[in-house]
Amino acid sequence: MSINRRDYIKANAVAMAAAVAGVQAPASASNLITSSEATKLNWDKAPCRFCGTGCSVNVATKDGKVVATHGDIKSPVNKGLNCVKGYFLSKIMSGEDRLTTPLLRKKNGKFDKNGDFTPVSWDEAFDVMADKYKTALKTKGPESIGMFGSGQWTVWEGYAASKLMKAGFRSNNIEPNARHCMASAVAGFMRTFGIDEPMGCYDDIEAADAFVLWGSNMSEMHPILWTRVTDRRLSAPHVKVSVLSTYKHRSFDLADQGIVFTPQTDLAILNYIANYIIQNDKVNTEFVNKHTRFAQGNTDIGYGLRDEHPLQQKAANASKAGGSKSINFKQYKKFVSQYDAETVSKISGVSEADLEKLAKLYADPNTKVTSFWTMGFNQHTRGVWCNNLIYNIHLLTGKIATPGNSPFSLTGQPSACGTAREVGTFSHRLPADMVVKNPKHRAMAEEIWKLPEGTIPGKPGYHAVQHNRRLKDGTMNVYWVQVNNNMQAAANINEEGLPGYRNPDNFIVVSDAYPTVTAQTADLILPTAMWVEKEGAYGNAERRTQFWHQLVNAPGEARSDVWQLVEFSKRFTTDEVWPKELLDKDPSFKGKTLYEVLFKNGNVDKYPLSDMSPDHENQESKDFGFYLQKGLFEEYAQFGRDHGHDLADFDTYHATRGLRWPVVNGKETLWRFREGSDPYVKAGTGFQFYGKPDNRAVIFALPYEPPAESPDKEFDLWLCTGRVLEHWHSGSMTRRVPELHKSMPNAVCYMHPEDARERGLRRGDEIKVSSRRGHIRTRVETRGRNRPPQGLVFVAWFDASQLINKVTLDATDPISKQTDFKKCAVKIEKA
Amino acid sequence: MKQLILLASIVLSMSLGMNTQADIDQGHIANARGNTSVASSSKPPAMPPVVNTDIKQKRDYPMQPPLIPHKTDHYQVDANANKCMACHSRRQTEESQAPMVSVTHYMDRDGNFLAEVSPRRYFCNQCHVTQTNAKPLMENTFVDMDTLLEQSLKEKSQ
Repeated sequence: MSINRRDYIKANAVAMAAAVAGVQAPASASNLITSSEATKLNWDKAPCRFCGTGCSVNVATKDGKVVATHGDIKSPVNKGLNCVKGYFLSKIMSGEDRLTTPLLRKKNGKFDKNGDFTPVSWDEAFDVMADKYKTALKTKGPESIGMFGSGQWTVWEGYAASKLMKAGFRSNNIEPNARHCMASAVAGFMRTFGIDEPMGCYDDIEAADAFVLWGSNMSEMHPILWTRVTDRRLSAPHVKVSVLSTYKHRSFDLADQGIVFTPQTDLAILNYIANYIIQNDKVNTEFVNKHTRFAQGNTDIGYGLRDEHPLQQKAANASKAGGSKSINFKQYKKFVSQYDAETVSKISGVSEADLEKLAKLYADPNTKVTSFWTMGFNQHTRGVWCNNLIYNIHLLTGKIATPGNSPFSLTGQPSACGTAREVGTFSHRLPADMVVKNPKHRAMAEEIWKLPEGTIPGKPGYHAVQHNRRLKDGTMNVYWVQVNNNMQAAANINEEGLPGYRNPDNFIVVSDAYPTVTAQTADLILPTAMWVEKEGAYGNAERRTQFWHQLVNAPGEARSDVWQLVEFSKRFTTDEVWPKELLDKDPSFKGKTLYEVLFKNGNVDKYPLSDMSPDHENQESKDFGFYLQKGLFEEYAQFGRDHGHDLADFDTYHATRGLRWPVVNGKETLWRFREGSDPYVKAGTGFQFYGKPDNRAVIFALPYEPPAESPDKEFDLWLCTGRVLEHWHSGSMTRRVPELHKSMPNAVCYMHPEDARERGLRRGDEIKVSSRRGHIRTRVETRGRNRPPQGLVFVAWFDASQLINKVTLDATDPISKQTDFKKCAVKIEKA
Repeated sequence: MKQLILLASIVLSMSLGMNTQADIDQGHIANARGNTSVASSSKPPAMPPVVNTDIKQKRDYPMQPPLIPHKTDHYQVDANANKCMACHSRRQTEESQAPMVSVTHYMDRDGNFLAEVSPRRYFCNQCHVTQTNAKPLMENTFVDMDTLLEQSLKEKSQ
């Protein structure tokens, strides 16, 4: 830049002088356009496309394009703020390699698994796809097909997918990538409270006296919630922040107490705190006696590996991991007494002084504590236990469901709660916390869906990690992936995912906006509309359901996931996919298409196009001839109303910045389970954990057990993987935004300078990170935002050119089936 | 030569009975991996330096947080100190000639102006990031509002 300020002003003076003199200069020569007609932008609201915080975003469109985005000042979540990703939402839809037509692997004009990706019409794509589905269903049955979606599906997309799979194809093999992310939190909630999702809300942040982060780097992964925590900590000086992790990261910058512990020993630290509370007589006895009971969980439950793995063979309770028996307080007290300061300090590497300081925050009856956790707890082979153990602490002290006292499980994805969990797009679930194996729940679903009794199979399907194993083994053969990038995201892809997708017996369909790694390994790619290219709904981590309108059109022939699902259902008749016995129960279903049975059923097609906003496009509804999103939502909402999961009516959400369920008589619920705040709690009870039949939450005795794999002589370092602020998950959207890419272009291996020196490495050196399963090549980083202790390295997984999940281990929590991406053993060599 | 190696590896894998996987990389489309197949690994690019020119970049729209045009290595930004504000606070800008933080940064959650930057805006790097000299992975076809304005005015004048 050689031009200085004076030159610049001189050059511009001509145009300005012309304007002042009233000379008719051409429009392009004027230096400021002031016509309000020309400069007007159309502003709408939409929740952010990225994390589970659920910020509301104002989106400006002009001439059919998104031209600006910024934080929505009217949203109680973010009050005008966005993180750097959120501020660049405007550019995520315009990567130059957007997919605009279906692509099928073809050779000599025909589908061939070894062929090149060739543009085809939607008709041809669905023809080939339907043929594969029909063959699999006919020859091997419903268990041979599967679907893998995500917590980035809109509410109605997840709902339509679940309905098509569970009722249409009669297969429960549907999973969301939320299995990698939230399953341990879900199982934790169900085990302790009998009902999913946090009892508190973000308003807890402004009321808390102390924050404890357990395996959560909120500063990078929930940046806007972190601005609220920072605001509280810095504006109310008595507030304290403790941050626990296996390495130092940006959230430590705000910490009054930063604790680095040995991987897996969070289990012991949690039990130590419970023990401290009991030993120091800080139990809230009245609360505990009235509202809780005690149980001892099964131990030695294995690591969710393949059955033939020696660790599985050795585990005594691998087949009954979730089992427990009733105990009393005395037994519980005795159980946790083994977790004294000295013992726990020894195994965790945390000083006794630090342990006590942390325990005191929880024990002090005058300190309101909010605990936050994310993947450090959930991606853990004992993730459900971690969730149960943190609830123990909040229950023992009665620090729950009141403003500021909040055990708060944060979600990773924008609709992990709203779609994956509330709609129940898991292999074992139905909407509103119901499960397929419960005959009453199935009957209720069949009644709402107006389907014959026995339509929904009662046996849970395969979970996410099993999907890849089944594909590899060739027992699952037709697979549809929507809104996620599982070949980059799932653990141990070298041994399971890749051989699974490329198994010649299998047909893999991937719906995406961009050519991801997963798309590369597919056989058919469907170009997909994203974010504000369709009407949508997301549910965030505080139970807030938020809607948005379609604001722009998707490029080319890209279509939304919901359009793809509903349109595809037209290709099947009940006679082709349902057994004779089922059709005999109600012959009126004979010969009908799945589209007619599932979506033209009087519910989904109930609302006319005239109900739609006159100011917004709605491609899918116009195509099908009815207000599809409203019909799907209102049918879905029947599941939760009067069952503790009440949603408001459809139109209300378009008019608000979201509402937190249960929404009863038009009023949202901020804190559940507490009298006066939650309409489901009976007067005079004080608290009521109504998810359990006896209205009591369960305090669990659960021990420390070692991880599935630990460093040894050859693989001598812990590997922890995770995310970064600048990129969303696998980076398929954010790496296409030049500003975000240039701020964080590639993954690196964060390591302790001493570990680097010992291996003869310097910052920037090329290295090979390998495990027993695979390797990547990356570069050493000994400075910057992450500071691991000796013996541990951190590599982020956003970088498609460095697939760190070739290295990770697919050990999972045996109860939640969620993979531990935070612990495996690796070695590092100079490349 | 390349083809020869490819042929040799196909023959080898067939003779070892390992040809149980269909070709993953036939028709490479995963642009974010360059030309590298999913099954192999490539040389990671050198760690690019952070742009340190102090030259402002045009924003894509007025509300975009400005990018940081200089290095921020070893800047202390924690509960005790905020090094960024040593130049960008209202008090310091006369001396530093750095841009003052936006007025929005003085507002609390409820829109009231405070005497100092709001603590909710304390950690600058949640919105403002540096740029390395890495090349964009691929072009982005985003069109800014000025370009659209000019286009529509041109169309009208024709």
